[in-house]
Amino acid sequence: MASNIKNALLSDKAKPWLIALAIVAIVAAPILFQGFGQMFMVRILAVCGLYIILALGLNIVVGYAGLLDFGRIAFYAVGAYVAMWVGLPITKMLGPSLGGLSYFIALVAGAIVAAFVGFLLALPVLRLRGDYLAIVTLGFGEIVRICLNNNIFGVTNGAAGLPAAGSSLPEPFGLNWLKMNAYFTVGNNFEFSFNANVYWYFIIAVLMILAIIVVSRQDNSRLGRAWSAFREDEVAASAMGIDIYKTKVYAMVLGAVWGGVAGVTFGYFQAFVSPESFTFLESTLVLAIVVIGGMGSIPGVLVGALVIQGVPEFIRGFASSGTLDAMGVHLSAEAISNISNYRMLILGALMVIMMAVRPQGIIPSKRVARELRPATIEDAEIENQEMWDVEHHEDAPSLRRGL
Amino acid sequence: MVADMEHLVSAKNATIQFGGLRAVDGVDMHIDKGEIVALIGPNGAGKTTFFNLLTGIYTPTEGEILFNGQSVSGVKPHVIAERGISRTFQNIRLFASMTALENVMIGRHVRTHSGAFGATFRTPKFKREEAQIQADAEKWLAFCGLSEYANEVSSSLPYGVQRRLEIARALATDPKLICLDEPAAGMNPIESAHLNALIFKVRDAGITVLLIEHDMKVVMNLADRIYVLDFGKLIAKGTPAEIQSNPAVIEAYLGKGSETMAKENLEQKATENHNHNGDSTAEESGENA
Repeated sequence: MASNIKNALLSDKAKPWLIALAIVAIVAAPILFQGFGQMFMVRILAVCGLYIILALGLNIVVGYAGLLDFGRIAFYAVGAYVAMWVGLPITKMLGPSLGGLSYFIALVAGAIVAAFVGFLLALPVLRLRGDYLAIVTLGFGEIVRICLNNNIFGVTNGAAGLPAAGSSLPEPFGLNWLKMNAYFTVGNNFEFSFNANVYWYFIIAVLMILAIIVVSRQDNSRLGRAWSAFREDEVAASAMGIDIYKTKVYAMVLGAVWGGVAGVTFGYFQAFVSPESFTFLESTLVLAIVVIGGMGSIPGVLVGALVIQGVPEFIRGFASSGTLDAMGVHLSAEAISNISNYRMLILGALMVIMMAVRPQGIIPSKRVARELRPATIEDAEIENQEMWDVEHHEDAPSLRRGL
Repeated sequence: MVADMEHLVSAKNATIQFGGLRAVDGVDMHIDKGEIVALIGPNGAGKTTFFNLLTGIYTPTEGEILFNGQSVSGVKPHVIAERGISRTFQNIRLFASMTALENVMIGRHVRTHSGAFGATFRTPKFKREEAQIQADAEKWLAFCGLSEYANEVSSSLPYGVQRRLEIARALATDPKLICLDEPAAGMNPIESAHLNALIFKVRDAGITVLLIEHDMKVVMNLADRIYVLDFGKLIAKGTPAEIQSNPAVIEAYLGKGSETMAKENLEQKATENHNHNGDSTAEESGENA
C-alpha cells in the first residue's frame, strides 16, 4: 500500500504539481521569513542553495560517474577567487551605476575557469581508481587552499582574503531600486522589505533551477547512460565501445562548472573571500549531501543539502536570533555557542545512522537503489551457485582434467 | 597484407605470458567472413584469454592478431568495439541496475555521437539521435526475442534471458564479428535450442560468430570449424567431424588412456546430434570409429 502511494507521488501525472508546489515554496519562503522578521532564515536558505548547486555538480562526478571526489570545494574556491579577480577590475571599468553587472560577467568567467581547472585535474587523475582517486582529489582540495593561503603569485592576498582593504565589490545591480519599490506590509506583524540577502536568494534560486535542468538533461542522455554504464562495470562498458577516460573527463569538467558557478555567486554574496571558507570540512559536507541525499538523485541532493547544510545552520541561527528571547527562553552566550558546536556532532551521528540503515540515501535514484539493494546480492549468490551446479553437473567428468 | 585481408581475423603466433604462465601460447588461427567458428578446450585452456586478446583487454606479448587486416595489439577495447568486434562475457556482465532496453541502448553508444552540448540544449539533432537509439535498441531486442522484457530491470530477468540480452547488447554495436563466451552455460535444453536458432540467425544477418562453448551438442550443431586449445596451445583444428575423432582432443579432455571411453562418449553425442538434425558427417565419424 505504502509503495502504491509512493509510486503515485512519483508518477508522471503528479510531477508537474510537485514542481509547481516546489516553485511556489521557493518564491514564498523568503517573503514569509523576511516578512515575519526571521531574516537569518533567508540567508541560511540562500547558502543551502549554493550547496545544492555545488552538490549537483558533485553528483555528476560521484553519483553518475562513480568517481569519489574529496576535493570538490577547490572548484568553489576557484570560482570565488575568479569572482574577485574578474569582478573588481570590471566594476571599476563599468563605473558605480553599472558595476553590479560585473557579477554576470564574473559568473561566466568563473564557470569557464573552473571547467578548465577540472579538465587539467582530470587529465592525470582519472587514470587512478577508487581509493587512489579519493586521496588525490583530497590532496588537490588542500593544495588549492594552501596556495590561496600562501598568496600564490601575489594575487590572493593570503589569509587576509579579497577584496583587499580599500576596494570593495559593488552593490548588486538593481538592489537599490528593489529596496525602494519592493516593500509592503500586511497587518501589523508582516513587513516585507528587499535586501541583499533576498536579492542573492533569488539569484541563487534561479541558478539552482538552471543546474537541476541542465544536470538532469545530461544524465538523461547518451552521455549519462555511458556514465551509469562504466560506474557499474568498466570492462563491459569499454567492450560496448565507451571511451571511459574521455567520458570521465566530461564528468569532471561538467561537474566543475557548477563548482565555479556556486563559487562566483558565493564571492559576490559574501562580498569577501578568504581561504578559510574552503577547508576540507566543506568538501566533506558537499560529499555528505550527495551520499546522504541519495547518490545520482537530484531530489536527494535537494533534501540532503537542506538536512546537512540547513538544519545545523538553522539550529545555530535560531539559537542566536533572539526568537527564543522573545519566547521567554533566555540562553547565555556560552549555551548558544555550545549549541552551535554540537550541531557537528549531531550531523556526524546522523551520517553513521544513515549509512547503517539506509545506505542508498534519503531519496535514492532508481538505479543506485537497485545496485545497493542487499537482497539482490544474495539472490545473485544463490543464482551463481545454481549456475555452478548446472554447469558442472552433466558434463563434469568430461570437462575436468585428469579424471 | 593482401592475404590477411581475405580473413576477417587472423592470429599469428598469438601469445600472452603472465609471469611464468603462457596462457595463450603461439596460437595461429583464422576466421573468415560469415563463418561460425568455435573455440573449445578444457577449463583453463586459455579460451577466454584469447577472447581478451582479441577484444583488447590484454595485449599479446608475442605475435599479433589482425582484424580486417589491422593489428589489434595495444588497441583500446572501445576502439576495437568501434572497428567491429563485440563480445559477451562468461559470467554475465549486464548493467544490473538498468532495464533490458537501456542495456541495449548502451550498445548503440559506439555508433552514435551526441555529447554534452546536445544533451544540455536538447538540439533537434540530439532528439533525432535519441529516438533512433531507442528504435534501434528495440529492433535488436525483437531480433533476440526479448521485446516483452524491454522495461524490466536486467538483474531480475531469468538466467537464460540475461544471456540472450547480452547477445542483443553486443549486436547493437553493429559488429562484424561477435564473440560469444559460453552462451549456453547454465541453459536448459529448451533455452539452448532457442540459442542455437538465434546464433544461426545472427550468422544469416551477415555477422561472423566466434564462440567458446562447453556444451558439445551446441558446438557440434553450430560450428563450421572448431579450434581446440589446451594449456594455451592450439592442439587441433577442423570440422566438427574431424575434431570428434581427433585423439589429441580426447586426451586433452579426459587424460591419457581414456580414448576408448571418450570415443564412446563423443560417439554418443554425435549420434544424438544426428538424431537431432540429421548431420551425416557425424554419423560417418561414428561408423569409422
